[in-house]
Amino acid sequence: MTATSETWSYNFAYLDEQTKRMIRRAILKAIAIPGYQVPFASREMPMPYGWGTGGVQVTASILGPDDVLKVIDQGSDDTTNAVAIRGFFEKTAGVATTTATEEASVIQTRHRIPETPLSETQVLVYQVPIPEPMRYLEPREAETRKMHALQEYGLMHVKLYEDIARHGHIATTYAYPVKVSGRYVMDPSPTPKFDNPKMDNSPALQLFGAGREKRIYAVPPFTQVTSLDFEDHPFAVQTFEEPCALCAAEGVFLDEVVLDDRGGRMFVCSDTNHCEERRAAGHRGRLSGDPTKTEDASQGERP
Amino acid sequence: MYVAVKGGEKAIANAHRLLADKRRGARSVPAMTVEQIVEQLALAVDRVMAEGSLYDKELAALAIKQARGDLIEAIFLVRAFRTTLPRFGHSEPLDTGEMHIRRRISATFKDLPGGQLLGPTFDYTHRLIDFALAAEGETPEPVRSAPRGGAAPRVTDLLNAEGLLEVDEDGDGNVGDLTREPIDFPAGRDVRLQALARGDEGFLLALGYSTQRGYARTHPFAGEIRMGEVEVELFVEELGFAVTLGRLTVTECQMITQFTGSAKVPPQFSRGYGLTFGHSERKSMAMALVDRALRFEEFGEELTAPAQDQEFVLSHSDNVQATGFTEHLKLPHYVDFQAELELIRRMRREIAERAEKAANDADETRAEEAAE
Repeated sequence: MTATSETWSYNFAYLDEQTKRMIRRAILKAIAIPGYQVPFASREMPMPYGWGTGGVQVTASILGPDDVLKVIDQGSDDTTNAVAIRGFFEKTAGVATTTATEEASVIQTRHRIPETPLSETQVLVYQVPIPEPMRYLEPREAETRKMHALQEYGLMHVKLYEDIARHGHIATTYAYPVKVSGRYVMDPSPTPKFDNPKMDNSPALQLFGAGREKRIYAVPPFTQVTSLDFEDHPFAVQTFEEPCALCAAEGVFLDEVVLDDRGGRMFVCSDTNHCEERRAAGHRGRLSGDPTKTEDASQGERP
Repeated sequence: MYVAVKGGEKAIANAHRLLADKRRGARSVPAMTVEQIVEQLALAVDRVMAEGSLYDKELAALAIKQARGDLIEAIFLVRAFRTTLPRFGHSEPLDTGEMHIRRRISATFKDLPGGQLLGPTFDYTHRLIDFALAAEGETPEPVRSAPRGGAAPRVTDLLNAEGLLEVDEDGDGNVGDLTREPIDFPAGRDVRLQALARGDEGFLLALGYSTQRGYARTHPFAGEIRMGEVEVELFVEELGFAVTLGRLTVTECQMITQFTGSAKVPPQFSRGYGLTFGHSERKSMAMALVDRALRFEEFGEELTAPAQDQEFVLSHSDNVQATGFTEHLKLPHYVDFQAELELIRRMRREIAERAEKAANDADETRAEEAAE
């Protein structure tokens, strides 16, 4: 571990060992009761609440010196907050970092699950803004805790039904509620519902940290995660009409990039690592142009 | 050609370098020292200490300098530092009755033992911009007089002697700490007061004000506001007695509010309590109003207003949490937005298709009618 004069006084991965022990206990309890929100004494981190303090505390508590860390935000390793969090752990823990999904042992994410399937040796740590799936239906914590205890989830189904009555569709497109192991209704964090099926029976351990709201919850490996739906309105993920403009991938989540002010746009992979690996393997999309040029462009900096 | 956005790391480093430059400002102007902030922006320092929950003037002043005068940012810096400090014990309760008083006023009595002492206050100043301050002239020394001497018992203790005021019960000494344990609703008064003491001055001010305007009115009187130095004592097991660790400046407000009672119990005034680090009357008064409003159940009052609702008040009083979550909307959300775009386009397409079909059907019907 390299210690700079700026960070010498902080413990490995910033948090003191007592705090890590407290968080690990919360994590163990969360794993033992899949989908249940475990209160924990969230610390004030040197980054703002709402910017991943829950995920950072979970990651700090499970990280060891041999771990390889990947941090993504919106599926990308290069968004500013992902860069900042990765830098934080490089500085305070000195761990190796990567952008390659398969190389990582711990992946901290905001709003996406990587397209590359995860394995049993990996842990996915989600940053969670509002852990309570029913918060917008019932703002009171004392009430929602009771509803979970009694498995009283009618309110959630009523909300989804009202969506169908008004819009003809369930109008929830991200943070789409799931039921874990047939018991607790859980907020999968604001990932698009496109990613919900990846949570089901995942070989990787999935941990969720909400720092401001002081909650940790988990989905253990190979656990059933079911998206709520109705028999006549079954759950369905988003589909895209065209493949990725850079790597021609289909069946992945795409971001829309506006090209001009005349309605011109392109769709590209939200998972930047997945897209880069496909291009490296020779896949070419509609707008990827000359392969050598594309490589240059993606390596270069924005003018 | 779409160029993937790379180089975030360098952009961040450059932005921070620019921030440092802006913080320093024009190099022709001398840099401000921490001592200057401690001495000349003392109330800003007090607010940062109070809401940062850490009594350290130099650290708070440095945080203000680092934050370019953004007090919530400074509070955040102090909090993030505080959280790394080890805890080695709890102090004995502060005895504000033994305060070395620098200011003490009561709105409920014209005069009282210990007297009224205006001290350093903005009250009764004419709020006229003092252009002489810009000229940086010398400030005359204050008028000093011999200490009045004699005890200055708290107004609440005076009222207590007559039984007119509810008595604060002695706790068992086990106070909660919301920085070590997550709040469990409903929270006890100890944790509520801790949350209010750390809470945002502006938020509490608005809530306290709302109670005065009829949203859970409590008919308050400022029984006493006192500001000065108190000693902090720690009971040391090995020694078997309490030792003094140092002195703090605090502001305490005892709000005397509407009485309660029943056919059997004689009526008594109730109270709300406010205490802050440093000199902050606005905050301690607002805190006392909100503390009283939050106690509505104890007095059999109805829940009618936000200031009484502890989940509402405690969940939103922390400005470091509030600013973090509000400002996190700056972070990219394009994945979620894309999910919404896909749905809204689909729904609009379906409605357009339905409308088109209905129009076609209508055309056909008209054509058939014309043919008949």
